[in-house]
Amino acid sequence: MIVYLFILLAVLAVGSALAMVINKNVVNSALFLVLNMVSLAGIFLILNAQFLAVIQVLVYAGAIMVLFLFVVMLLNVGDEEKLFDKFRVKYFLAFFLAVGVMGQIFYSLAGVTDMLPAISENMAAIGTVEAAGDVLYTKYLLPFELTAILLTAAVVGALMIAQHKIKRTENI
Amino acid sequence: MVGIDWFLGLSAIMFTIGIIGVLIRRNAIVIFMCVELMLNAVNLSLVSFASHHGNIDGQILVFFALAVAAAEAVVGLAIIIAIFRNNLSVDVSKINLLRW
Repeated sequence: MIVYLFILLAVLAVGSALAMVINKNVVNSALFLVLNMVSLAGIFLILNAQFLAVIQVLVYAGAIMVLFLFVVMLLNVGDEEKLFDKFRVKYFLAFFLAVGVMGQIFYSLAGVTDMLPAISENMAAIGTVEAAGDVLYTKYLLPFELTAILLTAAVVGALMIAQHKIKRTENI
Repeated sequence: MVGIDWFLGLSAIMFTIGIIGVLIRRNAIVIFMCVELMLNAVNLSLVSFASHHGNIDGQILVFFALAVAAAEAVVGLAIIIAIFRNNLSVDVSKINLLRW
């Protein structure tokens, strides 16, 4: 049962990723990416990472992709008309390069396939919100606080960059 | 149950699709979304290793990667807006100010 669920979600994830790449319309690409993230959240649930599955839907599909769609509609970019209507050497080059990268990853995976861990006994207990919060607020407290500083800096930086006209004082 | 090699294979395939997207697309926003896809693929392999080892540290790393991804998306989209304001285009082949 779990195997069929995994195959369904994996096909959905790969299919939506491919559809995102080859779609000409930017809004459709963004919506396919949302589908990809939701199916990845399902795969996280198969791996018993419930906390991360919820975070994936909330933060990625909910916040980041809404930001993307907001920018797409703000800029009003048109379709990429000339995506596949002409033969390009660049596409074949990109394809072979990417297949080379994938072959390399699979080759290195096949080399260590006897060293990969089997399913752990306490897998069901580690992905819960309780377990994650327990570690997050004790062992990883300093990185957690630094994340707050990082997010504040990102917001201030984004405001500075996207501002229409930065007022400069005279005495610089 | 599904073995860990299937999750790692799925992660590799999604990473490859992200690479292809970055290389062939010319819209800066779509390139950015493909980078997010590659980030997600790596997150998947981290979560699968964490679950199969029975150790939560990998999942905490994914949590921090999510926070960094959110910050990165905010700054990147602000840069795209600034570029659009100057060039009236987000086509990366038309943004050639620093190109020789």
